Amino acid sequence: AAGMFLRLLSDVRWRAANPKWRRMTCSRRSTSSTAEPHPVSLPAQAQVVICGGGIMGTSVAYHLSKMGWKDIVLLEQGRLAAGTTRFCAGIVSTARHVSVELKMADYSNKLYQQLEQETGVKTGYVKTGSISLAQTQDRLISLKRIASSLNVMGIPCEIITPKQVAQLHPLINIHDLVGAMYVPEDALVSSANVSLALATAASRNGVQIHERTSVSHVSVQKGRVTGVETDRGQIQCQYFVNCAGQWAYELGHSGEEPVNIPLHACEHFYLLTHPLKEPLASNLPTIVDPDGRIYIRNWQGGILSGGFEKNPKPLFTEGRNQLEIQNLQEDWDHFEPLLSALLRRMPDLEALQIMQLVNCPESFTPDMRCIMGESPTVRGYFVLAGMNSAGISYGGGAGKYLAEWMVNGYPSENVWPLDLKRFGTLQSSRTFLRHRVMEVMPLMCDLKVPRWDFQTGRQLRTSPLYDRLDAQGARWMEKHGFERVKYFVPPGKDLLDLDQSKTFYKPDWFDIVGSEVKCCKEAVCVIDMSSFTKFEISSTGDQALENLQYLFSNDLDVPVGHVVHTGMLNEKGGYENDCSIARLSKRSFFMISPTDQQVHCWAWLKNRLPNDSTLTMEDVTWKYTALNLIGPRAVDVLSELSYAPITPEHFPSLFCKEMSVGYANGIRVMSITHTGEPGFMLYIPIEYALHVYNEVMNMGQKYGIRNAGYYALRSLRIEKFFAFWGQDLDAFTTPMECGREFQVKLEKGMQFVGQEALLEQKQNGVYKRFTMFILEDHDTDMDLWPWWGEPIFRNGRYVGKTTSSAYSYTLERHVCLGFVQHFDEKTGEELVVTTDFINQGEYEIDIAGQRFQAKAKLYPFSSLFTHRRRKDEVELSGYQRE
Amino acid sequence: FQLSPSQINDVLRAGELSHKILYLNGKNANSVLRFESNQLASNTPIEDRRSAATCLQTKGMMFGVFDGHAGSACAQAVSERLLHYIAVSLMSRQTLEEIELAVECMKPVLPILQWHKHPNDVEYREITSQYFENLRVYWQHLLDLDTEPGFSLEEAMICAFKRLDSDISLEVQAPQENELMRNIALQVAFSGATACVAHIDGVHLHVANTGDCRAILGVHEEDGTWSTLPLTRDHNAFDEFEIRRLKREHPRSEEKTLFVNDRLLGILMPSRAFGDVQLKWSKELQHSILENSCDVEALNIYQYVPPNYHTPPYLTAEPEVTYHKLRSKDKFLVIASDGLWEMLSNEKVVNLVAGHLTELNVQKPQLAFEKPVNLGYMHSLLLQRKNRGIASLDQNIATHLIRHAIGSNEYGEVDQEKLAAMLTLPEDLARMYRDDITVTVVYFNSETIENYYRNNE
Repeated sequence: AAGMFLRLLSDVRWRAANPKWRRMTCSRRSTSSTAEPHPVSLPAQAQVVICGGGIMGTSVAYHLSKMGWKDIVLLEQGRLAAGTTRFCAGIVSTARHVSVELKMADYSNKLYQQLEQETGVKTGYVKTGSISLAQTQDRLISLKRIASSLNVMGIPCEIITPKQVAQLHPLINIHDLVGAMYVPEDALVSSANVSLALATAASRNGVQIHERTSVSHVSVQKGRVTGVETDRGQIQCQYFVNCAGQWAYELGHSGEEPVNIPLHACEHFYLLTHPLKEPLASNLPTIVDPDGRIYIRNWQGGILSGGFEKNPKPLFTEGRNQLEIQNLQEDWDHFEPLLSALLRRMPDLEALQIMQLVNCPESFTPDMRCIMGESPTVRGYFVLAGMNSAGISYGGGAGKYLAEWMVNGYPSENVWPLDLKRFGTLQSSRTFLRHRVMEVMPLMCDLKVPRWDFQTGRQLRTSPLYDRLDAQGARWMEKHGFERVKYFVPPGKDLLDLDQSKTFYKPDWFDIVGSEVKCCKEAVCVIDMSSFTKFEISSTGDQALENLQYLFSNDLDVPVGHVVHTGMLNEKGGYENDCSIARLSKRSFFMISPTDQQVHCWAWLKNRLPNDSTLTMEDVTWKYTALNLIGPRAVDVLSELSYAPITPEHFPSLFCKEMSVGYANGIRVMSITHTGEPGFMLYIPIEYALHVYNEVMNMGQKYGIRNAGYYALRSLRIEKFFAFWGQDLDAFTTPMECGREFQVKLEKGMQFVGQEALLEQKQNGVYKRFTMFILEDHDTDMDLWPWWGEPIFRNGRYVGKTTSSAYSYTLERHVCLGFVQHFDEKTGEELVVTTDFINQGEYEIDIAGQRFQAKAKLYPFSSLFTHRRRKDEVELSGYQRE
Repeated sequence: FQLSPSQINDVLRAGELSHKILYLNGKNANSVLRFESNQLASNTPIEDRRSAATCLQTKGMMFGVFDGHAGSACAQAVSERLLHYIAVSLMSRQTLEEIELAVECMKPVLPILQWHKHPNDVEYREITSQYFENLRVYWQHLLDLDTEPGFSLEEAMICAFKRLDSDISLEVQAPQENELMRNIALQVAFSGATACVAHIDGVHLHVANTGDCRAILGVHEEDGTWSTLPLTRDHNAFDEFEIRRLKREHPRSEEKTLFVNDRLLGILMPSRAFGDVQLKWSKELQHSILENSCDVEALNIYQYVPPNYHTPPYLTAEPEVTYHKLRSKDKFLVIASDGLWEMLSNEKVVNLVAGHLTELNVQKPQLAFEKPVNLGYMHSLLLQRKNRGIASLDQNIATHLIRHAIGSNEYGEVDQEKLAAMLTLPEDLARMYRDDITVTVVYFNSETIENYYRNNE
């Protein structure tokens, strides 16, 4: 059956001009079952070796060779496009939630459209459009949000009524629909042929392609790729690209230096039918019915329909398993719910005859997003895999970004949401992956609401206070495997259970968080913030200071005991990391970064610090429990517990001091709270954590202390216009663009990474500006809540998107943060954004198609900073008053 | 009172044990993919035992099934000890010397085996140290032999079997202060056990068999059919070779009395076994040993001298060893006690395992339809099946085999009522309808085996 399949899905016509390529294709034909003689021997060396001849591998090869890299070898263990790519349903869909994914899909679509003309290989590209159906109002909101994103990107898209759906597709039963989203430019392709077309073009550009060659492991020396070992010999290379799809995890672990690529395969089923009596037109739109968990496309006059069931079947947990591979076959009982959904959607298909139920494993990742980028541990080792069943939609764009990454050192878009370095070793347990992908695969079709947390693979990293907090009603979310408190449910109060709490409107915890915020403002709260990444960098001489001065944008040569907020910038001045660094002594520094920076920041610094035994960097994340004491009474609690004077004169803002708290000595106390509120961060060696927490809670009673969670923290920091790395800031944002010039040592005549780019921006102005928006006519109780990614309109024209939002309990308004750009009205060219441009506009924020008036502000409300402590040196020093 | 399907599952699955070998690319690839095992008691307590272990000082894995009779003591002892004896027999002189030195200096000893156990696979803790002492005597003996290189695998297995049986026999004769130890030694020697042990190292499969457990291979032929390759002979009254062997070893005058009612001396079903000193020792020795022991009845020891007992020993623990070089079409090995084979033929067993592999079994029949079929028909078919709740399937193949062994009706299909009835038989009746059943199924990694041939061509 598989043979028949290849013929059906990929009507291959080789017209490759490259003689080497032709020889290989000949051998493909002539020898099908016998052991194949390899006509072309492997080269002894190459610049790049790509492992995997599916859509990802061929796309990377295609784009690399287009960008001018020629010395490339692509190895495929079987045949080109014969793995998941061959069985892929071939739907190119741009309806994506994450903006970078949307851009990848859009690029792929445009690439595939012209690929046949470029290569002469038939790709089966047909622009059919797609219709995503909504059976519920919530689903329709979700679709409207996507539609807003698509529209501002210039991708045609409209929300249509069930009646219009019926006009677009003759077979659909619309009685249970509330609406739908129509994307007319979505397309169908033969994915195998797209892959072969990319291979053909790459081959013409000089890429050598070798089939039936499997990579056994990658050789590494001194943390760099030096070559690959294959079953047909060795190839020396500088770059290795792991595009091994569902085998990428195993391949990553096969070398002496393991590269963790957290993905896991699940079986995926779809149905093929014979043609209808009156064969379906090949340009009939593809139907996605997420509430029914299915997709339906036209296929050879009949249909192809698959879906993402609630009870997926993970496989290959123990690695490649021959019995299981042989065992992959139809499982009709398993497919039954999807078939029911199909027949409910298209009842007329009952008489349609079945051709086959195809079972093709797909790989899924722990967070539903694909994996790309360079390994944090092995330089030159790149990865592109884990497509979560959207391989064909992402193929073109993902290949392009990775190629840019390899050639230029960075891609042309912010790909942090997809970066391999968002994961660490902690996500590479097979048990974890197996459990997590069983949750992830059904999520493909689940409603994606704000503030959603994964339920599997939890309680991995916890603070020593976990049980204590849990017993007090903590509700948890997870970041980088670490459990963090969202909020505390007071005794006697019940919240909705998980499924019912999904909403795009005001959530049920609104008042709970409100009271936590109030307590932070008026008394004192404790937030366990142990998940933050913590490094210690020290040296015997001045090396630490010298190196850090170069790698960080703010001046670190401050008196011992000072804390500095600084960016860790790339050459273009963008934030690779945003952190707080305390100078512990002349020669040692304590650095605090966002939780998910643990791998990225480590790799970034490791690669740039000299390999010098006198300079040491240590990840001390696990050594400290961090408690954030927020609120005007924090100072009282702390001084009672330490008998030390911590009045502003003795302990000004942005200071760090080791002191005793209760019986415990050596607690690192910093006068920062990451929110702009007064208070302290306590970095406590973990064995003292419980003691200090107990002391703080006991002593704090008379000051009205209570526990609080991250939702309160979020509300506080957003109303104060605090940007947060990973949400608001990324590698494409500079300090100039978010009003943080005061955190950059441009005036001090010191060299640092990104300096030139910043100087240029300082001179010429910036092209986007971080702005705060206060929603004006938004009804918190009745209207949809903003989330992030909402388009921003200025005088009716699109100027950018929001990056985060929160309800400000102080302003009693919603606050959105986001970037404003200035596009020329005629040419669309990006222009410099000036303060006047920001201030002289009428703004609207588009939430799921509904626009709300918003007031733009470049500086926070000074009235919110009630407790000034050190003149001009509050955390936000430098922000101008209004 | 009737067991519900889920209660039946609980009973059947209580003894499940499975272990998957982590797949490693390259050098250390194991030809064993995984094994699954289970057992179901008929006797109370069960008299079958099983072992599985990876050799740590030599290469290979071992799987054993032991069917005890006249109590479980002998099977228990053999299941704890035999694999150690084999492992020691296989070790190089150097390793043995290292271990001996370590023991002598009271240093930590290199681990010999890594066991793969079920939580219910208990040990005679009290006596472990004595077992270890005797094992040490054995390797000291091997060291004294002064032969290098040591045994072939076949020799090693034979030697280990015989040595263990002789140790069992000697331990009960040796003076023993500790009453508990003495009683255990008595119970072990006066009960019996058959044993079937497979040793797998790459493509080399050795099966040593003593008695009527059986090992067979499931072979996936190129035409897609499955065939059976038996690796052992049942040592009992139905086996020509055994009859001839016994006749050869005993005077002609005893020809008629060697097997009576298809039993050895009218007593024992298997014609080879561990323990059972009643059929090995002289009458005098038996008397002298039993006279000195305290309470024979309390120990459940049958004190009897069989009729026509003239020229002992009649029974041996010497195994027959079969060698088979694994091919990529050899997909799995089934070792089971006679309780299974009484109920299911070799072919049936292979078909059940193969069917389980492809989920083409009777529990979950391949949807019976002639393609092409339309979606509506398929849909109604699936809904019917869903309502009948056919979806549940044993994950563990051993459970699947046991379910079939005791629950099959005359059409070879599992009958829930029969299954429930078989599982609720009163203790005294159970033994009439079914024996203890122990099954271990070892799956091979065809890829590793293929690689072996590819690399050694």
